[in-house]
Amino acid sequence: MATSKVSGKIKNEASRVRDAIVDGKKPAMKFPLRALTNVKYQPKVGYLEMKGRMKERTLTVNTVKTFAQTLRMMALSKQLVDTDDIATKREAYYVSKNWDDARFDEQPESDTVMDDVEALFGLNREQLGFIPEEKGGEIAGKLIILDKDRDTGKPLRIDCTKFGSGAYSIPTSVESLEFETDAKFLLVIETAGMFQRLVKHNYWKTANCILISMGGVPTRACRRFIRRLSDEMKLPVYVFVDGDPYGISNIYRTLKVGSGNAAHLNEFFCVPQARFLGITPQDIVHYKLPTHPLKDVDIKRAKDALKTDPFFLHHKAWQDAINQLVGMGVRAEQQALAKHGLNYVIDTYLPEKLKHPERFLP
Amino acid sequence: MAKSKQKKAPAGSRRAARKETSPRAKKGKRPPAREPETLSLFGEETLAAAPAKKGARPAEVARSKKSASVEEDDTPAPRARGARTERGSYNDAEAIASKQRDISVSEFFAKNRHMLGFDSPTRAILTAVKEAVDNSLDACEEAGLPPDIKVEIHELSEDRFKVVIEDSGPGIVKQQVPKIFGKLLYGSKFHELRQSRGQQGIGISAAVMYSQLTTGKPVRITSRIGEKHKAHLYELQIDTKKNAPVVLDDGAVEWNRPHGTRIEMEMEAIYQKGKRSVDQYLHQVALANPHADIHFIAPRSEPIHYARLSDQLPPPAIPIKPHPYGVELGVLIDMLQTSRARNVAGFLSGEFSRMSAKIAEEVLGFAKVPASTKPERVTRDQAEAIIKAFPKVKIMRPPTDCLSVVGEDLLVKSLQREVKANFYTAVTRPPTVYRGNPFQIEAAIAYGGDLAGDEIVSLYRFANRAPLIYQQSACAITNAVMNTAWKSYGVDQSRGALPTAPMIIMVQIASVWVPFTSESKEAVAHYDDIIKEIKLALQECGRRLGAFIRRGARERDELKKRSYIEKYIPHIGIALQEILGISEKEEEKIVATLVDTLERSRKL
Repeated sequence: MATSKVSGKIKNEASRVRDAIVDGKKPAMKFPLRALTNVKYQPKVGYLEMKGRMKERTLTVNTVKTFAQTLRMMALSKQLVDTDDIATKREAYYVSKNWDDARFDEQPESDTVMDDVEALFGLNREQLGFIPEEKGGEIAGKLIILDKDRDTGKPLRIDCTKFGSGAYSIPTSVESLEFETDAKFLLVIETAGMFQRLVKHNYWKTANCILISMGGVPTRACRRFIRRLSDEMKLPVYVFVDGDPYGISNIYRTLKVGSGNAAHLNEFFCVPQARFLGITPQDIVHYKLPTHPLKDVDIKRAKDALKTDPFFLHHKAWQDAINQLVGMGVRAEQQALAKHGLNYVIDTYLPEKLKHPERFLP
Repeated sequence: MAKSKQKKAPAGSRRAARKETSPRAKKGKRPPAREPETLSLFGEETLAAAPAKKGARPAEVARSKKSASVEEDDTPAPRARGARTERGSYNDAEAIASKQRDISVSEFFAKNRHMLGFDSPTRAILTAVKEAVDNSLDACEEAGLPPDIKVEIHELSEDRFKVVIEDSGPGIVKQQVPKIFGKLLYGSKFHELRQSRGQQGIGISAAVMYSQLTTGKPVRITSRIGEKHKAHLYELQIDTKKNAPVVLDDGAVEWNRPHGTRIEMEMEAIYQKGKRSVDQYLHQVALANPHADIHFIAPRSEPIHYARLSDQLPPPAIPIKPHPYGVELGVLIDMLQTSRARNVAGFLSGEFSRMSAKIAEEVLGFAKVPASTKPERVTRDQAEAIIKAFPKVKIMRPPTDCLSVVGEDLLVKSLQREVKANFYTAVTRPPTVYRGNPFQIEAAIAYGGDLAGDEIVSLYRFANRAPLIYQQSACAITNAVMNTAWKSYGVDQSRGALPTAPMIIMVQIASVWVPFTSESKEAVAHYDDIIKEIKLALQECGRRLGAFIRRGARERDELKKRSYIEKYIPHIGIALQEILGISEKEEEKIVATLVDTLERSRKL
């Protein structure tokens, strides 16, 4: 989107507010409701889509602080866009320290207002001039990334097989990257530990794939990278996470269909083609994995997923799997496979699973 | 020694105890001690104990050390009287009997003055004032006269004070003066169930005795019963052995009061101000007695005057008969012995409250005692059967209109005079009953204002309008305050403690018989029924306080929100100016309009 367009959107909203004030009315701003209750899941679309319920923030004595902060955040965004500058979320928080009484006390407060502004305009924060400082994930394997040299602007070919025992870091902005690969699939891994093991034994060579480490819940950049890579190279995405409610409903679900909180952006930050390789509840039984009991918070997370999450509500297979997990009352980590030998995962587990991708959970 | 302690002391105290609880007990007259010239048994024992043990052989010392109680219970100990040899000698029954004799009540109390509140010089002066003021107020109320009370304390030397208490009461008939002030357990209040401050008739004479013990001087009593009579002055002492007054001098004098009584006593004491002082006591008397006018003159300070707040005297307290549910066996036997009723049925219906002829018949039926039995012929077993039969029959609660309370309005007025607070409230509970005795609870609180914030609340306890100064922690009132959940009313409270708040709590129990934990009448005994009533009164006060505190919180909240307008609206102006590039003038106008719009929408 052209920067002048973003700037114009902000100006329009501010004008509306001013006009209401001049008319002696209380100004209001309309935001899409950012919650799981306001999203729906349609497999055709492939991500959690906003249902369109809005919340209106009218300026009253109770809301005056947030209202003022939202407007000041919009002003900051316009300034960034107009001057072609950027600010990290943390920097934006520090900028607010100059706003006297309207300053944010903690960064989560400024992040929330930033999310509100994104939702208000249906834009993502990069378009508004804000960037996250979170790391985007790591890549190893048969992939060449085409980037540009910062100084000269000359094309750069980054070969992800040439990082030795290290890996390529996904940058915060991935829109301008291009790819070359002859790998057969993407293996997306939850933990850095498992990623390290697979890199160390050059598993990408054995299996002819690209390895991606998410390091927990995938960042927007990581999700966008996987999406673009998968779309452009026509590669299937297999997800390998811990066999627990967090791995299933937070990590996998967010990667595949997006989140409830940033539903206005799910269209860009989702990977609908992702499939769940493991660890499935059935794996725990089949491979006789060592387990830990589910904690109360795990059980609550699983029950919430079954009750309110449109994605799981849509897939009977997932409901059965989660019910099976809750029924067993246990969870198993990826590394639990080490029970059968450190390289059991490479020699046995992954090859066995990959023989039947059609059996992966949706 | 052990044996005599075991036998005699409890016997004596049992008698005393019966006196205190039996409303029908014979007058407190006691036969004079048979051998007044010898030492009392109590004194002798304490003197005897030490040398006897000192002289004992090692084996015996070991034994007595090993178990003092065993020795006292089973073994006759060496006695001082026979201890002429090193070892000492045992006494036979005759020798022991020769030393057993009645103890004069006054003598007993002379040696146990702590029981009456004369254990320390600071407390003694307070107790003396308290006993006199209690009596004065009782007398005024009984006679229907508005109480005017003057208390004077004069410092004679560092530890010697003259205490003067003067009232505008009905005065005391000449012949009665010596007995009232010079004889313990003499009074009008002990023999009937009726709400009053004094109960047993020991208080003022104990003060007289204390004065005498510490100074050797007589007390001076002036009393006048009306304008037609001359005032009469007595100089009195107590013969502590005989429990009888000794009149040193008496005669008519001029006195400017038309009626009233004045007592002057000198005593060894320490006068100080503070928490448990005469000042504090009179202060609290004024709180619970808004119908009294009190002047106080103390050494080295300005005179204090508590003006009368209400001309309305408390309604006269009505004497009632005891209720069957509260009576004990010994008391019942005493009552039977002295009854003039012709038969036991008539006795029951005549001497107890709520006992109709029909109910008396039912009781006797359960007890299997013939209705025609003469009261004095009723045996101990029959009396016990009657006691056991009482609960089997449904008997109405005793009348409760015999109680007199301060009332909610006057309690609040009193507290308003006491302190400038933000909130006052008072609750007078309906009367109810514990163990056959009617009682009624009042509670009042003052909150905020000039009261200090982060301190434990001040708790003022009263029994029949008399302040309870000592033994706060042993009192049922304190217990009830601590066990009320103040936190739910917005008041801080640590577990098992009095609440912490800028607050005064006032609780009074009115009853024909306030159950005290000891003779010095400082703490109310822990009867469940009483604690429950106190808590109910406190909870009602607490609910009203809670509503007040929450209202305050809402107002503060509103103010805070109003301040939001001033704080944050300018930022809306700044943001709009930055985004739209409007002029400073326009920005100011927008801010002003918005402030106006928002403030119009809030009605404070």
